[in-house]
Amino acid sequence: MVNLMGLFRSPQNELEKGGTEVEGIRNVCPRCGVSITLSEQEENLNTCPHCGHHFRMSPRERVAYLTDEDTFEELFEEVRGRDVLGFPGYEQKLRNARLASREKEGVLCGVGDIEGEKAALFFMDPSFMMGSMGTAVGEKITRLFEYAAGLSLPVIGYTVSGGARMQEGILSLMQMAKTSAALKRHSDGGNLYISVLTDPTTGGVTASFAMDGDIILAEPDATVGFAGARVIEQTIRKKLPQGFQKAEFLLEHGFVDRIVPRSEQRATLAQLLRLHRKRGDVL
Amino acid sequence: MSAYDKVLLARAKGRPTGLSYIENIFTDFIELHGDRRFADDPAIVGGIARLDDLPVTVLCMEKGSDTKDRVRRNFGSPNPEGYRKALRLMKQAEKFGRPVVCFVDTSGAFCGLGAEERGQGQAIAENLLELSSLRVPVVSVLVGEGGSGGALALAVADRVWILENAIYSVISPEGCASILWKDAKRVRDAAECMKLTAEDMLELGVVEEIFPEEKDPTATYEALAAALREALPQLLALSPQDLLEQRYRRFRQF
Repeated sequence: MVNLMGLFRSPQNELEKGGTEVEGIRNVCPRCGVSITLSEQEENLNTCPHCGHHFRMSPRERVAYLTDEDTFEELFEEVRGRDVLGFPGYEQKLRNARLASREKEGVLCGVGDIEGEKAALFFMDPSFMMGSMGTAVGEKITRLFEYAAGLSLPVIGYTVSGGARMQEGILSLMQMAKTSAALKRHSDGGNLYISVLTDPTTGGVTASFAMDGDIILAEPDATVGFAGARVIEQTIRKKLPQGFQKAEFLLEHGFVDRIVPRSEQRATLAQLLRLHRKRGDVL
Repeated sequence: MSAYDKVLLARAKGRPTGLSYIENIFTDFIELHGDRRFADDPAIVGGIARLDDLPVTVLCMEKGSDTKDRVRRNFGSPNPEGYRKALRLMKQAEKFGRPVVCFVDTSGAFCGLGAEERGQGQAIAENLLELSSLRVPVVSVLVGEGGSGGALALAVADRVWILENAIYSVISPEGCASILWKDAKRVRDAAECMKLTAEDMLELGVVEEIFPEEKDPTATYEALAAALREALPQLLALSPQDLLEQRYRRFRQF
């Protein structure tokens, strides 16, 4: 029997409930509780205009904000996950994820310019099985590092991930080794890699390419960690301190270079790219 | 035997732990401690030993021999300093041209407050990165539980072997059942679906070889020693470039 549960998620806002005009449609900010219009939210790069809360953002929205107009070219879109292990329910989950995200897989890869600086880019997708890392995600990111190494391009990677894609079992784990090896080759070629950690970045992605950036940036208040907070609380049988595993916590403990609000990311990334121009590059 | 029976065997108390393999396969073992940054993690044991005449850097996860020892060793769940000690000893092996042999047996990297504060994810990430380009041969043997990233941090190797009753998985079957089906009791189903047995690993190309186990582990120690006597000279004969190219392709296929 085809499982239809989860195929249709409940409406998240007035627009999805059937409204037609974005004007006047409101969301409630989960942090400050203030009601904001969808157009206000979108004008603010999906952040709350009152408290600065960063809502999750789709890869294509990030491309539209970060890259210069008409410079982004998608790569490796043909790579997609499949149910290698015959895991019950996985095919259906993939179909649902494709409907929910309108993407083929959990990461968008390509090349584009940021203020005229060319870079290879990847953006993990929170609406595709919460950015879980399976063979297709690992393959696309690996190919991107190989591609960028071949052309001596910097890589900028936006991470968001609930962790491994359990339905692909050990093959999901192997993606950590595969992506790390490609990243190392790119790095050994003297090429720059900047990772940008967004909410949430956890599990196997934290324990591989998220934490391997030459420079590691994070969005404010993003949850970043290896183990989930609930698992840790169960393990140590203690309440975790406020702010645990937030970007600010990682900054304090020395695991993040800078916290950069979304509105400043384009300028910050462009500045870092310019500072890493290779000698002999045409200015 | 069901996949879950294998899980129980891999976790069984009487099973030889990491140190037994080091002590029974090698001679002249001298343990070296500490990550030079924060602490010494007893969940990972490392040092130098000899396989016949060949000096080898050896590493293992150690779950402990009795209750007191198990508590001291955090039941074989390493903290970041354990992975950093392992990396220090691997880089030392690279400097002196010694091969590295790892025995992997952990339910996973420790999920604790201090582990997160000290960068558990970063420590594992760094090991994966550095192991992918370590210029000496690395052989890893899964001898019990191969628990996710915490196991992989010692298993990015030129040869990965597994014992008959060991397992290797991206998440524990309990974790899988509780996340996917919100029902930790479906652990048997989860173990089956996840494909975590030695045979599964061989079929998926994750390991090169399965080593049989008997009640008396002596035969397994001997078989592993014989296999290392064959594999290490072969790997040492390769140029570092060829060795790294082969290791790259080994993991690139997945």
